[in-house]
Amino acid sequence: MAKTIHLKKGLNIQLLGEASKTLEQASAPETVMIKPTDFVGIKPKTLVQAGDEVLAGTPLFFDKNNPAYRVVSPVSGEVVEVVRGPKRVLLGIKILADKTIRSAQIPRIDAEQADADALAEYLCAHGAWAFIRTKPYDAVAFPDIKPKAVVVPAFDSAPLAPSIEFLLEGKMEAFQKGLDVLSKVSGAPVYLTTHAKSNSAQFGSSVSGVEHVIFDGPHPSGNVSVQMHHISPINKGEFAWYVQAEDVARIGTLVAEGRFDGHRRLALVGSSVENPVYVDAIQGSSMASILKDRKLQSTEFGNRIISGNVLTGDSVGEEGYLGFYHHQVTIIPEGKHREFFGWAAPGFDKFSLSRTFFSWLTPSKKYALTTNMHGEHRAFVVTGEYEKVFPMDIYPVQLLKAIHTGDIEMQENLGIYEVSPEDFALCEFACTSKIESQSMVRAAHDLLYGELVDSRKEPVHH
Amino acid sequence: MKPLKRIVENFEPHFAEGGKWRKYWPLFDGFATFLFTPGHATHKGAHIRDGIDLKRTMSMVILAMVPALLFGMYNVGYQHFLALGEQAAFMDMFLYGMWKVLPLVVVSYGVGLGVEFVFCIIKGHQINEGYLVSGMLIPLVCPPDLPLWMLALAVIFAVVIGKEVFGGTGMNILNVALTARAFLFFAYPADISGDKVWISGVSNQVVNGYTGETALAQFAKTGGDVAAMGGQSFASQADFLWSGFIGLVPGSVGETSTLAILIGAAILMLTGIGSWRIMASVTLGGLAMGYLLNGFSGIFPDNAYLAIPPYYHLIFGGFAFGAVFMATDPVTASQTPTGKYIYGFLIGVLAVIIRVLNPAYPEGMMLAILFMNVMAPLIDHYVVQGNINRRLKRLNVATHG
Repeated sequence: MAKTIHLKKGLNIQLLGEASKTLEQASAPETVMIKPTDFVGIKPKTLVQAGDEVLAGTPLFFDKNNPAYRVVSPVSGEVVEVVRGPKRVLLGIKILADKTIRSAQIPRIDAEQADADALAEYLCAHGAWAFIRTKPYDAVAFPDIKPKAVVVPAFDSAPLAPSIEFLLEGKMEAFQKGLDVLSKVSGAPVYLTTHAKSNSAQFGSSVSGVEHVIFDGPHPSGNVSVQMHHISPINKGEFAWYVQAEDVARIGTLVAEGRFDGHRRLALVGSSVENPVYVDAIQGSSMASILKDRKLQSTEFGNRIISGNVLTGDSVGEEGYLGFYHHQVTIIPEGKHREFFGWAAPGFDKFSLSRTFFSWLTPSKKYALTTNMHGEHRAFVVTGEYEKVFPMDIYPVQLLKAIHTGDIEMQENLGIYEVSPEDFALCEFACTSKIESQSMVRAAHDLLYGELVDSRKEPVHH
Repeated sequence: MKPLKRIVENFEPHFAEGGKWRKYWPLFDGFATFLFTPGHATHKGAHIRDGIDLKRTMSMVILAMVPALLFGMYNVGYQHFLALGEQAAFMDMFLYGMWKVLPLVVVSYGVGLGVEFVFCIIKGHQINEGYLVSGMLIPLVCPPDLPLWMLALAVIFAVVIGKEVFGGTGMNILNVALTARAFLFFAYPADISGDKVWISGVSNQVVNGYTGETALAQFAKTGGDVAAMGGQSFASQADFLWSGFIGLVPGSVGETSTLAILIGAAILMLTGIGSWRIMASVTLGGLAMGYLLNGFSGIFPDNAYLAIPPYYHLIFGGFAFGAVFMATDPVTASQTPTGKYIYGFLIGVLAVIIRVLNPAYPEGMMLAILFMNVMAPLIDHYVVQGNINRRLKRLNVATHG
């Protein structure tokens, strides 16, 4: 019998524009871009040049900080541009995609016979290792640091997130295969987490070889760090791996069929999308191809196109590209309007964690929230807000203060290894003083991750 | 509102970076964001944000104080006419009180916001909404006849020494309004304590034998014989208690009516702005200490305050007002949920100890809250340390177990 963990703290932000469970084909992308900037702590080095022909599965770049794995092309075509920023930082590799995708010839591996190291090497060489990330830090896992657990969340609790089961439809065999591979490669227990209400009852028992844990409660119950905190908290020096369920299936496809699956099924959502649906697209698709022939609401200040969800996603614009791990594109109205005596208005149309607006009388109402800040940055004043949306035995405000003062020992004491920037997204949302805490946690993790990378480089002297 | 918006938008460039009045940007921003919510969009982090901001939060607190303010105006007039032994209509009492209280409010806001603006211009940061609440709290905890220059001095002291030297709103250690109150109490004791100050406009002409002592002091002096009390007299203890609950007793402008304060408490709790943990634990702490001390009343019959029924402490004096509006100030209270319980409970305990065991200081609540303001970071430190110890223990089990 699966264990159920009830979480009370958190918040489901009620947004308009949820995707109906109909699947549409995105028009074939003209260009795709794979962006090293989607990876945490990466020091990318390109393996291709403009003009090179690539196949689906051809390595594009690797990470000098974690040189074992390759990031591969999801499509076949021609590299048209190696995009670089200031100081020649690699920003992306742009590929002009073929109309029909040709896959690279990938040697097969016998997953039953191969040992864990050989299997890991295989995943690294052919692009699937990039799907395995680690807590803490959210960087791609180091193949030689074994985790204490692997988490595969089968639900996403973020606003307007897709149903993971819908993303997995027809891929259950590959999903099972991927779980088996993860179990072997990690040598650790694999936890499949589902939600008591948003997952179907039989889903958890439809796979084998995993420990099934059920979560109940609002967002951020789907966040891996929250789940790990309640399954087995991460101590200093410990790691947990996590892989998005759809990507587990892609690992399974690679091992079972010897081809890299470059597809990405995603939910196209948000109040500015006229007909929110699920879309079958390619990893790294251009927004232009995803949005082609789709109607958007016209709004006073235009729309914001977000790769990912409204709390943690990236604003990419119409010219942008889908993020590496994103299974959701959210489009909401920009909100640069000024409201006359807005602070005194009854606020039937304002969504708030507090009950200072009359909207609290209609708890199930859904909102077309804009990108408006609803205020200005202030010194930290109101206490108790962050704690309401932070379902862990961690003091978020005190941890942020330790980050602010650069006190690493205090950060460790207060649980810096158990959290991720995304766990602070609701704090950031709810903050009366509009303090942006995700970037603070990101910066703290970058520093600690940098130390980890350095310690792996230096030869150890005794 | 288009024309007004256009005016604001037309003026904006002059105050913005490179404009001729750049120095006065905080002033402009303060007024502009008062009229119109700022039109900023998110640019990093979460793309959507909660509708709440500090202006909304502070307006809710002010809204919660309005019942106490209005009742206070009425009661100032009521006490005045009662002490003179004159009959007066409801509106006369209210207008008399309003005439006394409004200048206090105007001076408090005028002086306080003036100081804030000056500091914001010097430091070049935006006007913080914190003083909107302090500015209303200060007149509510003052006696109605307080000379306005004293109030102005207290406000300047509180804002400069109590807040700005620490870095402004959000950085202060002591509650700003109570800092003002404490300044008055220690600098001008004759005007803020004793038996002459709680009733407005009656210094020389009270009816014979009428005393304007606080209700609790009179109650203790007479040993609970409410009919023999020197000022207002009451038919029965129940009548006395009821008057205290409604608020028809002498006292600071806004603190007498437990009922009006309870309405405010309901608003604060309902909106989630005020910490129910603090309000509840202050009440509990006061009751607990009250019952404990009450148990000793037989042993020490000399101290009349020991004999006061413990729940009287909640109803009379500044206890309820302090619990609801002062102790809950998020900047100066404990920040951790567990810390809030401890902080609140100790405020209640200390307030009653000071009241009962040291009647020379009738300001038990003020002193208790200020003391616990100072102690709040210490409480949080130990609460957080508990969390740290749990984590270290877990780490030791993981590495050695």
